[in-house]
Amino acid sequence: MTAVESDKMTTNTSTLPHSRPALPRIVTDAMPVVVMAVGGLAAFWLFPNDLGLLTRILAAALFVMSLDMVLGYCGIATLGHAAMFGTGAYAAGIVAVNWVSDPLALLAVGGVAGGLIALATGALILHARGLTLLMLTIAVAQIVQEVANKARDWTGGSDGLSGIDPAPVLGLFRFDLYGRTSYLFALAVLIVGFLVARRIVRSPCGLACRGVREEPLRIAALGGSPRRYLVSMYAVAGVFAGIAGALTAITSGIVGLDSVGFSWSAEAMIMLVLGGTGRLYGAVIGTVAFMAIHHILASTDPFHWMLFIGLFLMGIVLFLPGGIASLSARVLPLVKGGR
Amino acid sequence: METVFGIAVDGVAYGMILFIISVGLSVTLGLMRVVNLAHGAFAMAAGYVASYAAQTMGLPYGLALVAAVLLTVVATLPLEKLLYRRIYGSANELRQVLLTIGLTFVIVAGINYLFGPTLKRIPLPEMLTGTLDLGPKSIPTHRAFVIGMGAATILALWWLLERTSFGIRLRAAVDDPAMAAALGIRTERLYMATFALGTGLAAMGGVLGAELLPLEPYYAIRYIVLFLAVVAVGGAGSIFGSAAAALTLGVVDTAGKYLIPNFGEFFFYAALILILFRWPHGFFQGRAA
Repeated sequence: MTAVESDKMTTNTSTLPHSRPALPRIVTDAMPVVVMAVGGLAAFWLFPNDLGLLTRILAAALFVMSLDMVLGYCGIATLGHAAMFGTGAYAAGIVAVNWVSDPLALLAVGGVAGGLIALATGALILHARGLTLLMLTIAVAQIVQEVANKARDWTGGSDGLSGIDPAPVLGLFRFDLYGRTSYLFALAVLIVGFLVARRIVRSPCGLACRGVREEPLRIAALGGSPRRYLVSMYAVAGVFAGIAGALTAITSGIVGLDSVGFSWSAEAMIMLVLGGTGRLYGAVIGTVAFMAIHHILASTDPFHWMLFIGLFLMGIVLFLPGGIASLSARVLPLVKGGR
Repeated sequence: METVFGIAVDGVAYGMILFIISVGLSVTLGLMRVVNLAHGAFAMAAGYVASYAAQTMGLPYGLALVAAVLLTVVATLPLEKLLYRRIYGSANELRQVLLTIGLTFVIVAGINYLFGPTLKRIPLPEMLTGTLDLGPKSIPTHRAFVIGMGAATILALWWLLERTSFGIRLRAAVDDPAMAAALGIRTERLYMATFALGTGLAAMGGVLGAELLPLEPYYAIRYIVLFLAVVAVGGAGSIFGSAAAALTLGVVDTAGKYLIPNFGEFFFYAALILILFRWPHGFFQGRAA
């Protein structure tokens, strides 16, 4: 069935928003990567004193991207995605404190842990839809948080897990005090993660997931199992979220209970929708916008920040349903028309 | 035995508050298919208004309650017209979640600006502060009052939905909005009235439950998961489902906190997962949300 199905899906992709027929595909494909690399390096030179914040933003972008794989491509509304992020972060943190300290191995540990928890919980809860599913994802994340809180000996409970001291990357680049290595390491992981994620969502399985989002009945009629597709994509996204968690643990050196918290899941969703779903690079745009504004506004008064983000969200929903990333698609025709 | 009795009284009172607030959410979700995350914010706003009316203006408790409910309903009706009407229907789930989260943030910021970040109380009248003797046992009057109000709400809603022409039209619109509109039912007005009903219930629950769910600016975010859980377990649009769900979850949560206080909310969420496994559409087969 995959041949027939992916064929059908491929023909459909031409109508999807991310493809712009005006430019050759190789250019549109390379553009996000180039922009990310150039922008990332430019930020490295421009804000040498804010590298800690910038590193957090990069790790969060990877996390939001993994949420996009679930929400944007599969249509699974989840408010418990932090469960995977936190599991990855704690797994990497615990392994780093007790056994190995090679950063790449820690990323792998985080990815495996995130993927496993996503696979286990996804298989359990993805039969549900709508509000029921939303509640189940919240409940799973809350239980993971409660377990992390109770297992004090391993996770440090509410004090957080500290003492993560990663070895140099590839044995060459030591993590320095100014966070330069952390930042560049995170940037590299994000770009590689973006390329791999894009390959995955364009694979037959990724296209089938999009099919499930649009019309689960039809996928079932074609002989596919909607639930199996959703669970596998949920697990893959869990791997990415786990890697993002491990990346945060490695670069910041601590893991707290808030990395599994409800508000972290909700914030990720807000970032994703600000940037625009179903594009992957929208996740990066949304994360950068959200966290940068948060950094500026919340330093004065958290309630100013809430007022601003609340109004901003309502504005996006009412006037720009596709998110910031859809701006170009909306503005370009206007520019062309004016010429 | 004392503990069991205490858990039962507190659990049922807590459940009744959850019911009063959540049933409004359930009705709007059942009819308009809108996941209104700002519902908790409406309850919180009403609590603050009542607190202001009672503490600063010195109104009696009953009057403060009525004033808070009326003011909240009047203040939120324009929101229905301006915001909610654009996102009705189940196709817009994500937009609903985001718009109402945004609205919640704005309300939280506004409440903090107007009333400050400290905990607010609504002083109870003397009538409600003592204890009530029931044969060998006695229970706090406030708990008894809350339980009574909850029971009265269940009965009043049942009467409203089953015995009045408003209820008939509302049920018709829930079952098939297009057909109801074709038959001459003015669904827009019906939506507005239902929204007002839902908000009014949230407001009432927010004021009555101020002792159990303390009023502070993060109330709106902290408890909305609780209210959504009740709706998911009860089944959207079902009154008795909401009541059963609210009482079950209220008693489970209270029992967990009394018996094994170290485990926080663990039991609540574990119960939630188990129940949603057995009844994925809620106790009373609510309409798909």
